[in-house]
Amino acid sequence: MRWRDTCGIAFAFMLCAFSNQSQAQSPYGIGRPATAAEIAGWNIDIGRDGSNLPKGDGSVSRGREVFAQQCASCHGEKGEGGLGDRLAGGQGTIRTAKPIRTVGSYWPYAPTLFDYIRRAMPQNAPQSLSDEDVYAVSAFILNLNGLVGADAILDAKSLAAVRMPNRDGFVGDARPDVK
Amino acid sequence: MSSRIDADEKSARTTRRRFLQGGTAVAGGAVLGPSAAARAEADNLPPNVPEWMKVPGDPTGGQPYGTPSPFEKGVVRNISKTLKQYISASSRTPLQELDGIITPNGLFYERHHGGVPIIDPAQHRLMLHGLVERPLIFSMDDLRRFPSESRIHFLECSGNPGYIKPYGKTASDLVGLVSCAEWTGVSLKLVLQEAGLKPEAKWVVAEGADAAALTRSIPIEKCLEDAMLVYSQNGERLRPQQGYPLRLLLPGFEGNMSVKWLRRLHVTAEPVYSREETSKYTDLLPDGTAREFSFYMEAKSIITRPSGGQRLSAPGFHEITGIAWSGHGKVARVEVSVDDGKSWQDARLQEPVLTRALTRFRLPWRWDGQSAVIQSRAVDETGYAQPTLAELLAVRGENYFYHNNAIWPWRIAADGEVTNALA
Repeated sequence: MRWRDTCGIAFAFMLCAFSNQSQAQSPYGIGRPATAAEIAGWNIDIGRDGSNLPKGDGSVSRGREVFAQQCASCHGEKGEGGLGDRLAGGQGTIRTAKPIRTVGSYWPYAPTLFDYIRRAMPQNAPQSLSDEDVYAVSAFILNLNGLVGADAILDAKSLAAVRMPNRDGFVGDARPDVK
Repeated sequence: MSSRIDADEKSARTTRRRFLQGGTAVAGGAVLGPSAAARAEADNLPPNVPEWMKVPGDPTGGQPYGTPSPFEKGVVRNISKTLKQYISASSRTPLQELDGIITPNGLFYERHHGGVPIIDPAQHRLMLHGLVERPLIFSMDDLRRFPSESRIHFLECSGNPGYIKPYGKTASDLVGLVSCAEWTGVSLKLVLQEAGLKPEAKWVVAEGADAAALTRSIPIEKCLEDAMLVYSQNGERLRPQQGYPLRLLLPGFEGNMSVKWLRRLHVTAEPVYSREETSKYTDLLPDGTAREFSFYMEAKSIITRPSGGQRLSAPGFHEITGIAWSGHGKVARVEVSVDDGKSWQDARLQEPVLTRALTRFRLPWRWDGQSAVIQSRAVDETGYAQPTLAELLAVRGENYFYHNNAIWPWRIAADGEVTNALA
C-alpha cells in the first residue's frame, strides 16, 4: 500500500513536471501562448514618450492633403471644429472662465495624437490610414497649433520631441474635495 | 371549424383592443372620439367582466423572446433627438419608470465612442500581453472555462450630469447615465495570474474591439481587487450595447473604464496616457490645472418618485422612493428632506445593501397639498456625504464637467406637478 501511495505521489509529481513544461505555472492551463507576431499586429499602444511608434514619417504638407480629404468634413478645414472636436487654437484659454480645449491648448503629449488618430480616426473608417499618413496628419494638426513649422516632417523621434504647452497642466485626483 | 372562428374573433378583438389603446395614447381618440374610448374603458370596469377574460389570450410561446406589455411602450431609453451625431453618444435609463435596483438589459444606459460593433464570439479573442511571464490569447470558450462569479454592481458614466444649465427635467434627463445589473464572468485577478504578472507590472491598459479601439489604463491594485471580465448580464449574455461578447467591469469606477468589446489587456509599468485619459476624461479646475485618473464615482442619490415630469394626483399618502449608490462601497444611510432642506430624516434602505450597487430607499410621506421641495442625500460607509451643487461648484468651478454627484431637489407645486428645483 505504502509503495502504491509513493508511486502515486511520484506519478503526480511527474504529471506536474510535464504540465509545467507545457504550461509553465498557469494555475488553470487555459488559453494559448500569444506569439510575438500576433502581439505586434494588435499592440497599437503608443506611450507618452513615443514608445512603440512605428517606422516611417509624414510631412505637414502631406498632412494638409490627407486632412482635407479625411478629416476636414468633421473638424473643419483648419481644425476649427464642427461635427467633430475643435483641434486648433485655444492656447491661453485653459485658465479662463471659457476654456477652449484643443490639441494645442490641452493635450499633454504629442505621441497620443498618433495613437488616437491611428486607432480611431477617421470616425467612418478607423485604422484605414497608413502610418505615414498618420504621421502626416499629426504633423499638420501640430502645425495648425503653431507647434511645428510648415516644413516639418515628423517621425517617431521628432514627434516624441514635440513639447506640448499644457504638458504640466495635470494633477492627481484630490477628491473627496467637498467634505 | 369552431376553433377557427374563435381565433378570428379573438384576433379581431385583440386588434380592436390595440387600436383603442393606440388611439387613446397617441391620437387622443381623434378617430373614435374621447367618449367612445372612455365608454370602452368603462366596459371593462366593475361591475362588468373585462373583455380579456372572455377570450383566450395570446398563444404560449408567441414571443420566443419576451417583450414588455404594449401598455409599457413609453418606457424606453431616453435618447436626445438633437445630437450632432450618434456614433459617439449616449442614451439614458428611464430611472423614474423603474423599481428595485436592477436595470432591465434593454433599458441599461449606453455610452459608445465608435458605435456598437456586432461581434461573432467565435471570432473574438482576448490578448493578454506586456509585463507578464506568459503572453496568452483566450477564446470566449476559454474564458468560460475559468471559475465564474456573479455580482451586482452599478455602472455610471463619469458625466452624469454636467455642472451648468440647462439641467434636465426628469430624473432620467439628470442622472439617467447610471444603471445596475447582476454581472457574471471571471475575476480579472485569476486571468492575470494565468499569465503571471512581472514585479514591475503597475497598470493594465484595456482596449475595446470597437471602431474607437477605446483605451483606458487601470491601476493594477484595482485589477487585483474586484475587476471582472464579464460575459453575462442579468442572467443572459451581454447585449451588443454592453460589450458582447466580453467586457471589463470595474465596480465603482467611471463607466468608460469598464471597456466594452474587450479584446486586449496590456500590462505596463505606467499608464498609456490615451486620448480618453488626457484630453477627454479629465476634470478642469478653475486654476487651469486638470485632475487626471479620477476614477471613483462618489456617493450619490436621486428621488425617482415623485420626480420631475410626474404629478401627484391628490394630497395624502405618497411614498418617496429613489436610488443611492457609492463607488467607495456600501450606502450607509440616505436622508430625505421634504421641507427644502430644513430638516432631514432617514429613509428605509431596501435589503440587500450591496457594495458598489444601487440601493433602493423609501420614505412614507403625507403630502399636505402645499408646494414643497423634496431631496435626498446619500452617506456611504466611508462617512462621505453627498454634497450640494453649490458646494461642488465652489471647489470645482463650472468647467469641471465630470463627477457631479450633487444632491438634486424636486419642487412639487400646489397642483402636484413635479419639476427640477434647480432648473
